[in-house]
Amino acid sequence: MNRGMPANKPNDPKVPVIDAVDVHKRFKELEVLRGINLKVFPQEVVVLIGPSGSGKTTFLRCVNHLETIDAGHILVHGEMVGYRLVNGRLIEDREKEIARRRTRVGMVFQRFNLFPHLTALENVMEAPLHVRHRPRPEVEARAIELLARVGLEDKCGSYPAMLSGGQQQRVAIARALAMEPEAMLFDEPTSALDPELVGEVLGVMRQLAQEGMTMLVVSHEMTFVRDVAHRVVFMDQGSIVEEGTADDIFSHPKHDRTKAFLGKFLS
Amino acid sequence: MHFNFQVVWQNLVSPYILGGVWTTVWLTLVAMAVGLVLGLVAALGRISVFWPIRGVASFYVWLFRGTPLLVQLILWYSGLPEIGIRLTGLESAVLGLGLNEGAYMCEIIRAGLLSVDGGQMEAAKALGMPYALAMRRIIIPQAIRVILPPTGNEFIAMLKNTSLVSVIAVSELLLRTENVISTTFQTLELLSVASIYYLSLTSLFTLIQGRVERWSQRGSSGSAPPKRQRARLIRAGVNR
Repeated sequence: MNRGMPANKPNDPKVPVIDAVDVHKRFKELEVLRGINLKVFPQEVVVLIGPSGSGKTTFLRCVNHLETIDAGHILVHGEMVGYRLVNGRLIEDREKEIARRRTRVGMVFQRFNLFPHLTALENVMEAPLHVRHRPRPEVEARAIELLARVGLEDKCGSYPAMLSGGQQQRVAIARALAMEPEAMLFDEPTSALDPELVGEVLGVMRQLAQEGMTMLVVSHEMTFVRDVAHRVVFMDQGSIVEEGTADDIFSHPKHDRTKAFLGKFLS
Repeated sequence: MHFNFQVVWQNLVSPYILGGVWTTVWLTLVAMAVGLVLGLVAALGRISVFWPIRGVASFYVWLFRGTPLLVQLILWYSGLPEIGIRLTGLESAVLGLGLNEGAYMCEIIRAGLLSVDGGQMEAAKALGMPYALAMRRIIIPQAIRVILPPTGNEFIAMLKNTSLVSVIAVSELLLRTENVISTTFQTLELLSVASIYYLSLTSLFTLIQGRVERWSQRGSSGSAPPKRQRARLIRAGVNR
């Protein structure tokens, strides 16, 4: 079908950047995703909320194939990540191909996962240099620029161990941006941070959203969600319960499960 | 009879003994290099997702760690000729010491690789790195910190284990010492000479190990950025 078709116009607002169709996933007996359908359109910020164990992080990880899926498919700009369709069945792609397609989406992890043996600047330069094989001067100039964008131009030479959690997460965002992804995935980017450091990371994400980055975010920061999300998706037990604008979900939730979940945050 | 210091001194500087020292050092380095390569391959095999590869790697470790090194050495040198494979003493020594060392290094390297947080591989993959590149650029450099200290031990053990190959006619430090003993019968003096050399060499290795370990700890906590990079940054007007 649409596999392998090049994206017609990369920024056509009607063509979704991320298109998940009936995604199923199980860990042994436990069904973690029970048919997820979700589209994320260009320049849109979609936030997944829900209780722990609802499958939101798993779904996010499926988008760039850090988790395999059992049925359904996820397209990034019309191309499957990690699979190809052969006679209607999902076949896992070759490693090189998976790696290449992964570069189209950037990912920011809960626990930063910066490379501790490399400086902040080297962390940002690593993938453009060794995956894309771009010339070093160009990569370095761009990396310094990205670190400046997240407010860390004076920390280029610092190793991750010398940085605060908030600074590390900002370097991680710069590192993901260095591959010029078409969309960014954020997996609870502020849950591992001390409360006073949350703001600086959310600030960078807010700025990214304003610049028109397509973002799929798992977050519990409800004020941030309210301000920045174009669409909020509430998940529970592996399914999407309801979705809508932040106002729809927060002020007029339709389902009892959504109300119960939000009650814990808004009371 | 008394302990003759004169004999000790004479043999410490004798070209014949020094030649043996050179063979010992050379053999240690070569066998260790073979062991490191085999150990890395076997360690990657043991953490492979593909079970036949895991099986082969585990079998290798089981076999070579489970039999005495001396038996292995004699087997390569005196056993193989029975099936028509003739190796020189030196060839047997490199093969025997290297294969045995590989089995131990495998476990050391595997422990090092497993010590690296799983999030590192995920972050590397998310940036589009294939497995081999992620291993080379991200996982192995971090694992080296954990691998180095026990590898230093292995180096020292190897230096001493080379004395075993004196039984398969490799003319290294111990065999040459014994040769001198067989003509002069000054056992205590000559073994002192050998011990002095073994001790000096292990001390030297310990010193080198300390240097290498300090280098490998860069970035772990509060160390300065590499000089080259700092210079570049200053040029770019970034680091104040």
